[in-house]
Amino acid sequence: MTTRRIVLTRGAAVIGAASSGLLLPQIVRAQSDKVRVGFMLPYTGTFAQLGVAIENGFRMALNEQGGKLGGREVEFFKVDDESNPAKGIENAQRLVQRDKVDVLVGTVHSGVQMGIHKVARDTGVLNLIPNAGVHAATRNLCAPNVFRTSFSNSQPTLALGKTMVDRGHKKAVWITWNYAAGDEAFEGFEQSYTAAGGTIIKKLGLPFPNVEFQALLTEIAALKPDAVACFFAGGGAAKFLRDYAAAGLNKNIQLYGSGFLTEGVLDAAGAAAEGVLTTMHYSDLLDTQRNKNFRLNYAKTFKLQPDVYAVQGYDTGLLLVQGANAVKGDLNNKKALYAAMEGATIDSPRGKWTMSKSHNPIQDMYMRQVVGNQNKVIGIAAKAVADPGTGCRMG
Amino acid sequence: MDFANFLIQLLNGLQYGLLLFMLAAGLTLIFGIMGVVNLAHGSFYMLGAYMAWSFTAAFDSLLLAIIVGTALSVLLGLALEWVLFRHFYKRDHLDQVLLTFGLIYIFEEVRSLLWGDDVHAVQVPELLNWSIPLTENLSYPVYRLVMSGICVLLALGLYLLISKTRLGMKIRAGAFNRDMTEALGINIRLIHAVVFGLGVGLAAIAGMIAAPISSVYPNMGGSVLIMCFVVVVIGGIGSVRGALISALLVGLVDTFGKVLVPQIAGMLVYMLMAAVLLYKPEGLFKH
Repeated sequence: MTTRRIVLTRGAAVIGAASSGLLLPQIVRAQSDKVRVGFMLPYTGTFAQLGVAIENGFRMALNEQGGKLGGREVEFFKVDDESNPAKGIENAQRLVQRDKVDVLVGTVHSGVQMGIHKVARDTGVLNLIPNAGVHAATRNLCAPNVFRTSFSNSQPTLALGKTMVDRGHKKAVWITWNYAAGDEAFEGFEQSYTAAGGTIIKKLGLPFPNVEFQALLTEIAALKPDAVACFFAGGGAAKFLRDYAAAGLNKNIQLYGSGFLTEGVLDAAGAAAEGVLTTMHYSDLLDTQRNKNFRLNYAKTFKLQPDVYAVQGYDTGLLLVQGANAVKGDLNNKKALYAAMEGATIDSPRGKWTMSKSHNPIQDMYMRQVVGNQNKVIGIAAKAVADPGTGCRMG
Repeated sequence: MDFANFLIQLLNGLQYGLLLFMLAAGLTLIFGIMGVVNLAHGSFYMLGAYMAWSFTAAFDSLLLAIIVGTALSVLLGLALEWVLFRHFYKRDHLDQVLLTFGLIYIFEEVRSLLWGDDVHAVQVPELLNWSIPLTENLSYPVYRLVMSGICVLLALGLYLLISKTRLGMKIRAGAFNRDMTEALGINIRLIHAVVFGLGVGLAAIAGMIAAPISSVYPNMGGSVLIMCFVVVVIGGIGSVRGALISALLVGLVDTFGKVLVPQIAGMLVYMLMAAVLLYKPEGLFKH
């Protein structure tokens, strides 16, 4: 699928590369004074807005440094990854080989991420992951040059189990789509819930992205659990919330979920989402001065309200700024650069967080409840949650 | 599964099947009568859903939105038939596939320009926004029942139209032998335009009445299109009666599959299709 827009941007990029790159000897360009940053994000399709939010957040972090990285000017390159895993490797190679980027920022979709990951491991280019939560990237396939600033798929649900049991919900049904992200979210839930003394009486699933939930909701009603925990996102999440309420289940059976259940879909879900409890590393309503300042500045700059994706993009920028400042803009000094990023503390709108050994954030997970179409923060579900990073060996 | 739950699941399956039938009926009509493979059928479903959303916001009434949306989509169908499809009746299926595949992208882009890429919800009309308590913690949304009722009525109307009216007779004659029908002085072009408008209208109506329970989101047509083709192929291409029976069959298999054998639920419908094709390569009801 090639849209007209992409043809245009790619065409422009080719002309740009021809006019700036081919005339200069390779060596001069490699040491040119601009840092080359490549965005590989979805700019079309279902995730288009996520891509834009991430880029905006990233640029905002750099703007706070006068638009510079370690004192050097920055040049941006963009590729629309279309959330198409089939083109993941090709698109990443385009940025690394043609545009010779120093840093590749991307992406949202976990399938595409695996394509970027292969290129990052093969070429050693610095890759910052602003969203995709796929486990492998910071577990068995972790790499010194790959850093994630968002979450791993099991992180929100790792915070879910104990708080459910604390609320007296000891028998739960789990429901999700049968695909990688759903399985990974289940891993976190299973681990934390059983450790806290809860019992998972049934694990329900349906093929991705099927949204005909009625049969499974009937099954839930027959099982009579104390609570239901789930992982859904996007349009499917809105539909699940509405069907759950329409089946009358929300009256007697508390619904919990990984935070993406109630991100960006609350207007679509309407009253059906009221009272739903979710765990995540951010909420728009987070009541800290840091978050309020961020939200105000973002809204002023981009005339848009920021969301969790904008925060993740912003944090990606903050992380790179810290690394680049430590090496005074010499991004080729990889050892020092990575050491600085590993040791960084990010003063994020979501709260301060640090990097785990496997390069995934160690962060607080907030307990949030939907009140009047917003995710109200009602406490911290778990402090300093780290992904276990199972199987990660750097080197 | 106790008996009460079995009955509820039966209802779930029938209700899903009826919705599938609404979608598949238009597809099978257009294919059976005009020989056009219409991949853009799912896009009409999506357009219907988005129209339901934006018109409900404008008129504050889902019923009014459905009436206006149906009229507009039939007009759209007639216009498309006149501008594009009538040139493709005698062309190769591959040409038709390319045309309608292109239309999918055009409609997605139009949707993106007109309505953006957000997920939206359509409110269930106040009158129907309640549920019937079935067991101590399960209720059944009235809207779903009403939706099934509408589907049954439309199925009945379609049956009467095709088998009992003069127009229906002409449609069947045209499907059977186009040249002969034309030689007898029947305006086959007009018949084709009517059938195409009807098919598009049916898909859009399905999108509109499903909008309150399915929400409205980009690419929503793509996910139903495949299921539609499965229904049409199992039922026998071109057979409306076959589409009805196969849609109900698919609805039941999908529903009970999810509950009884969740591990392979995703495959069951396709296994059903393979099994049917093995014994009846032309589908259950040959046109």
